[in-house]
Amino acid sequence: MLLNVGPQHPAMHGIVRIIVGLDGETITSADVEIGYLHRAFEKMCEQGPYNNAIPYTDRLNYVSPLINNIAYCQSVEKLFGITVTERCQYVRVIVSEMSRITDHLTCIGATAMELGAFTVFLYMIKAREMLYELIENVTGARLTISYARVGGLKADLPEGFEDKLRAAIAETRGVLKEVEGLLNKNRIFIDRVKDVGVISRQDALAYGITGPFLRSTGVDYDVRKAQPYMVYDRFEFDVPVGEHGDNLDRYYVRMEEMYQSMRILEQALAQLPAGPIQVGTDGQVIPAAVMVDEAKMGRTRGFKEAAVVADPTLEGTGRDGHTTVYSANKRVALPAKEDTYGNIEGLMNHFKLVMHGHGIRPPKGEAYVPVEGANGELGFYVSSDGTDRPYRVRVRPPCFAIMGALPKLLIGDSIADIVPTFGSVNMIGGELDH
Amino acid sequence: MIETFVIKAVLAGAFFGMVLNLAGLLTWVERKQSAVMQDRVGANRAWIVLPKWLAPLNLLLRPLNVLGLFHSLADAAKMFLKEDFMPEGADKKLHTLAPAISVVFALLAFCAIPFGDTLKLGDKLINLQVADLNAGVLFIFAMLSLGVYGVILAGFSSNNNYAYLGGMRAASQMLSYEITMGLAIMGVVLSYGTLSLQEITRAQGGYFFGWIPAYGIFVQPLAFFLFMTAALAETKRVPFDLPEGESEIVGYFVEYSGMKFGMFFLTDLVETVLVACLMTTFFLGGWQVPYLQADGFHFPWGASVPLAHGWVITLGVLSFMTKVAVFNWLFMAIRWTLPRFRYDQLMHLGWKILFPASLANTAITSLVVVAWGGK
Repeated sequence: MLLNVGPQHPAMHGIVRIIVGLDGETITSADVEIGYLHRAFEKMCEQGPYNNAIPYTDRLNYVSPLINNIAYCQSVEKLFGITVTERCQYVRVIVSEMSRITDHLTCIGATAMELGAFTVFLYMIKAREMLYELIENVTGARLTISYARVGGLKADLPEGFEDKLRAAIAETRGVLKEVEGLLNKNRIFIDRVKDVGVISRQDALAYGITGPFLRSTGVDYDVRKAQPYMVYDRFEFDVPVGEHGDNLDRYYVRMEEMYQSMRILEQALAQLPAGPIQVGTDGQVIPAAVMVDEAKMGRTRGFKEAAVVADPTLEGTGRDGHTTVYSANKRVALPAKEDTYGNIEGLMNHFKLVMHGHGIRPPKGEAYVPVEGANGELGFYVSSDGTDRPYRVRVRPPCFAIMGALPKLLIGDSIADIVPTFGSVNMIGGELDH
Repeated sequence: MIETFVIKAVLAGAFFGMVLNLAGLLTWVERKQSAVMQDRVGANRAWIVLPKWLAPLNLLLRPLNVLGLFHSLADAAKMFLKEDFMPEGADKKLHTLAPAISVVFALLAFCAIPFGDTLKLGDKLINLQVADLNAGVLFIFAMLSLGVYGVILAGFSSNNNYAYLGGMRAASQMLSYEITMGLAIMGVVLSYGTLSLQEITRAQGGYFFGWIPAYGIFVQPLAFFLFMTAALAETKRVPFDLPEGESEIVGYFVEYSGMKFGMFFLTDLVETVLVACLMTTFFLGGWQVPYLQADGFHFPWGASVPLAHGWVITLGVLSFMTKVAVFNWLFMAIRWTLPRFRYDQLMHLGWKILFPASLANTAITSLVVVAWGGK
């Protein structure tokens, strides 16, 4: 019997179709059809300036968008050959690891829910919610965050972030413990995922699979260890590996990775350096709108020493938060708002970076910086021809390779195994159809 | 003659009214209990607010509104108002018949369940049971087996591969687990030597060592667990919701909408209540209240509280309802804790574990009964 699973099947996210041949309940053939969420991401990147691609990268992996943001910016920064400030690197690590945890929480929760264990899903979502709230605190949005910028970050961490993050970590540990209590010794769960969706080490490598999926087969390849980027070489953490490459090992690997991510978070919080300088002001604080009006009249005296109170969308772009997380390179980094409004150099700098036909212009060349995404190796290959728009952007989404191997995982298993196996792939439509 | 008819009609009306209301209430229980288990608030947005000049009534309705009790009503209203969809190529007659078969046979099974002792009204003896069948156990199993046809027909008449898979799963699951269920109950039947449910309940009125009530759960502990597992499978709910399997094959009712779907939904809940009633009757002494006899309480330590006949019967009915509620709570807790089985694992559990165990239980019980001369 031929069964058309998806795209309207509840477990297929509405964006992928698997045509399975069935013999009773056993799968004899599987044909994966993708492309239901194709939005021409790579072509869109070529249409606008470099910074305009950042909101698109949010929508690639919509469970851990921060990692995508950062990966893209790293590639462009490599083109320029700039390094961002140390605090910025730490903040990037922190938000990346938070995203990794949210991603794994969603993946395991969804897999468990598709096995019928609805309660696990909601526990996981509860923990994810705490982290999302923190992310919202930092970036101003839960999902469409657009937080990273070429040469830095939109804004520094808000006040009281450290304590909130520590509380969220404690909460997440509690949730994970609860979930382990519900699943780890649950005979039904173990039976459902053990020896299901097995892939061998050779096959996994041959398909180009990375991330938790590859590690579940016993290969300890983790970009954070293999080619440390940002400040990952300063943290102590383990790379958990599995043995059998089945759904159960993938579950264990993801669970352990969350604990490791929390270890990194704690170390990063402890090491987090203060910004290079806190700009001293003489106490004059001016709302952004007033500053703009004053500047129009030419009354800019004293602006250099003043601080700006920006509206929420611009929060953190004032001078005191700005210098700590932005590169000093004026060719990429927007000036602080005080300078933009307050002196002609700042205004010119701003103009040169944001106006049509100007913008940031990396030198000719190509760059690729892999990062460890939640699903595996994620990287943007950016090719520049010296203009303000990328000549070509190519994304390497981790779940694309895994989806290629999906038929191999499914054939021979039962139809009920499609859902958990598919869940453990953690397919994200946004990055799959790039 | 007419008198008997009226009495039976009242009994049937009262009992079925209770069952259907309980089933409706279970949708609320399900929502709220899962919410409590999952750190949520649960559904609470179906409000009934009367016009201003009835303000005092609004005040009375408010706690019910806040608790979300009217969601069952809202559900029913929604289902009645929805389009009745019939897929192309479906067998119209069978497609319409299937939900009716499911729900009717699930409800019929309640006839044989005693929910109270014999009530003396003047010189009339009224058995608090809709139909006093001397082979009640067989009747209930017949009804349960017939109910399966509704599911199978729904799967086969929908002209949909998913529904077809669901129907096949339902057929094999129900058949496998009904055998275990029947065999598990054989142990109880052998122990008490009767097929009438009222008699089985009466037989559980004794005490072990003078203070442990002689309920079925103590007489047949293994049968209790076997029966509960098989009965859970019979209700088609997690962890045995393979025919439905909403994330895998969507279910045998994938092509149903409106109240036809509602009837399948209701059947699941009615079956949950039915199974709770059966568990109560077979294993928790039905309407028996510990230490309550026909003339009042007689505690093992010597104290006694005399009670009028009416109170004894009322306490019995309340006791029955409480036990049913406890079992419903237990089933809900199980449903929101466990993941779902896979088809081959389900068959493995049914045929290789539960079935031999129930056979062994029956054989051992038979030997004991023969050796000790029964009862």
